[in-house]
Amino acid sequence: MKITMAHGSGGKSTSDLIEEVFRRSFTDPVLAELDDSAVLPGAEKIAVTTDSFVVKPLFFPGGDIGRLCVCGTVNDLLMSGARPRYLTCGFILEEGAETGDLERIAASMAETAREAGVRIVAGDTKVVEGAGGVLINTAGVGFVPPGISAGPANCRDGDAVLVSGFLGEHHAAILSGRMGIENEIRSDCAPLGGMVGAMLEDGVRLHAMRDVTRGGLATVLGEFASASRCRIELDEAALPVSEQVRGFCGLLGLDPLYMGNEGKMTAVVAAEDAEKALSCMRSHRYGENAAIVGRVVGRDGPGVCMRTRLGGLRVVGPLYGEGLPRIC
Amino acid sequence: MTDVRAFLRDYGGPPVRLMEVCGTHTAQIARCGIPGMLSPAIRLISGPGCPVCVTVTAYLDRLVALCMEPDTTVLTFGDLMRVRGSRRSLNDAKAAGGRVRMLYSPMDALKLARENPGRLYVFAAVGFETTAPVYAMLLERAESEGIGNLKLLTSLKTMPPVIEWICTNQGGVDGFLAPGHVSVITGSRIFKPLSDRFGLPFVVAGFEGEQILAAVYALVRLRGKKKVLNLYRSVVTERGNETAQQAVRRYFEPCGAAWRGMGIIPGSGMILRPEYARFDAGSAGLDEDRGFDARCLCAKVLTGAIAPTSCPMFGCECTPRTPRGACMISQEGSCYNYFVNGRGPQ
Repeated sequence: MKITMAHGSGGKSTSDLIEEVFRRSFTDPVLAELDDSAVLPGAEKIAVTTDSFVVKPLFFPGGDIGRLCVCGTVNDLLMSGARPRYLTCGFILEEGAETGDLERIAASMAETAREAGVRIVAGDTKVVEGAGGVLINTAGVGFVPPGISAGPANCRDGDAVLVSGFLGEHHAAILSGRMGIENEIRSDCAPLGGMVGAMLEDGVRLHAMRDVTRGGLATVLGEFASASRCRIELDEAALPVSEQVRGFCGLLGLDPLYMGNEGKMTAVVAAEDAEKALSCMRSHRYGENAAIVGRVVGRDGPGVCMRTRLGGLRVVGPLYGEGLPRIC
Repeated sequence: MTDVRAFLRDYGGPPVRLMEVCGTHTAQIARCGIPGMLSPAIRLISGPGCPVCVTVTAYLDRLVALCMEPDTTVLTFGDLMRVRGSRRSLNDAKAAGGRVRMLYSPMDALKLARENPGRLYVFAAVGFETTAPVYAMLLERAESEGIGNLKLLTSLKTMPPVIEWICTNQGGVDGFLAPGHVSVITGSRIFKPLSDRFGLPFVVAGFEGEQILAAVYALVRLRGKKKVLNLYRSVVTERGNETAQQAVRRYFEPCGAAWRGMGIIPGSGMILRPEYARFDAGSAGLDEDRGFDARCLCAKVLTGAIAPTSCPMFGCECTPRTPRGACMISQEGSCYNYFVNGRGPQ
């Protein structure tokens, strides 16, 4: 089988590729949990994760590949309940890349790392033939404090589902840039440490959390539903989507439920803690538009469904096929 | 609207089968969860409204062959990429070195053609009355700019003849949810002769859930009556967009067209006029339709003869990940929408 673009979409083909190719060779039991980070035993638990960033354009409204490659890895650590500590970065540069661009990217990485409270402690650079592109891999290490047990399999009947803000902004910003469409949409690329910290400090019982990246909210909740063997019901009217992104999606026939963000998270929390979690998110600069968007409703057939604005009920399936061009 | 909802939920009259013939309606009905809001006596059936789904394999084979030619690039909308001809899809051909580019707007083709004069660009001009004016505009611009390296491979179709085919050859439909986008161009009057001849109601509707629900309500109420009702008055008139109609007539003329599962329907297609043959990448005679899987029931699904869920391959062998037919590939396809959004039988 030849690799096609669909294998990079974050949808079903991506997970099939992971299952059928990589998991056959990479058999470490921790990796096999397929969580956002590997949480390892030790004197203190540590979380390890890695991610590669191939976004084009390198600079876009609301961010750049440098900010993105720090936020992406930091957020993956956070979602495993870890406090991000260290990052490594590997640059793969195509012949012809501009040093001026690299300086901007490096500065942006440093600034974002400071904001997120992580240290960039190792790096590597390679140059390959190509057309001036810049590709970056970052790996991160975080420490997991005792007592944290959020995981995709821990959703329980009655839990509330929250989203920390407007959906699809990063995706729409990148797509606008690529298609030369001028609009006000900015990427939401941001580290989520403050928001997660606030919830943990306030004692919110976080059962599952995940940053909403490639594949969008529908994909993340689909994974939760499948891991927890539960049904998640979304309320279409409660989904936060900005007017600009809604208009953009309408024009291009896209669905914000499947579009990626780089500074948004979803959290599944105990029903009694829903309001507390909401005010933690909203009190944070990156969570002003947070909302309670659904709940876990028992176990009759795992999956995600949605009460539509019209009053109907429909299944929210996984993303099939290529979806859209790559955005991270 | 509350009354409409209650009426449709509690309806206990004679069974009503209503057909939508627009892919956007098919997708919206599923996305709004409308089937579950209706009484079991009201059935919504998806007709041949998805341009990708009704495209025959000979056309796809020709596209695949074109993209493998040196110095030729095939330009297409997204969904067509994954539909297989008798053997391969454009996606397969691309992975094997074929040159295929996905575009969001046909107008982007002009830019490509201008920037790379040594390369031939062939636009996969698939669509109904809605899309034809865009291709006419594209040709107008190509003509005025003297662009010689852009051609169309057309598979353009028109709605009234296929609706007539369904009413004549199959029947069992008590009313049509008339396509909103098509009607913007053609005007609502094109449905009048069909309504009169077959004694059926046609309701033109937009794409918001409320509008579709209102149209279903109207169709149930008008059951057995000759009537064309336009609920999409903000953009649809009786006569339609005559400028667009003229542009289409300037470049295209009617022809017989092959529809997947229905064969050649006389007068149901549009092809470039002989005087514009220089823009044609070989569209005539692409009529053969050999599905690559003989068990695929797309043909019956397309005409509403069976529900997607009645195909033995639905959901087991045939899923959006492993589609055996076009209706499971296109985002406007009936099988895709029944599968992904759970638009099951009520």
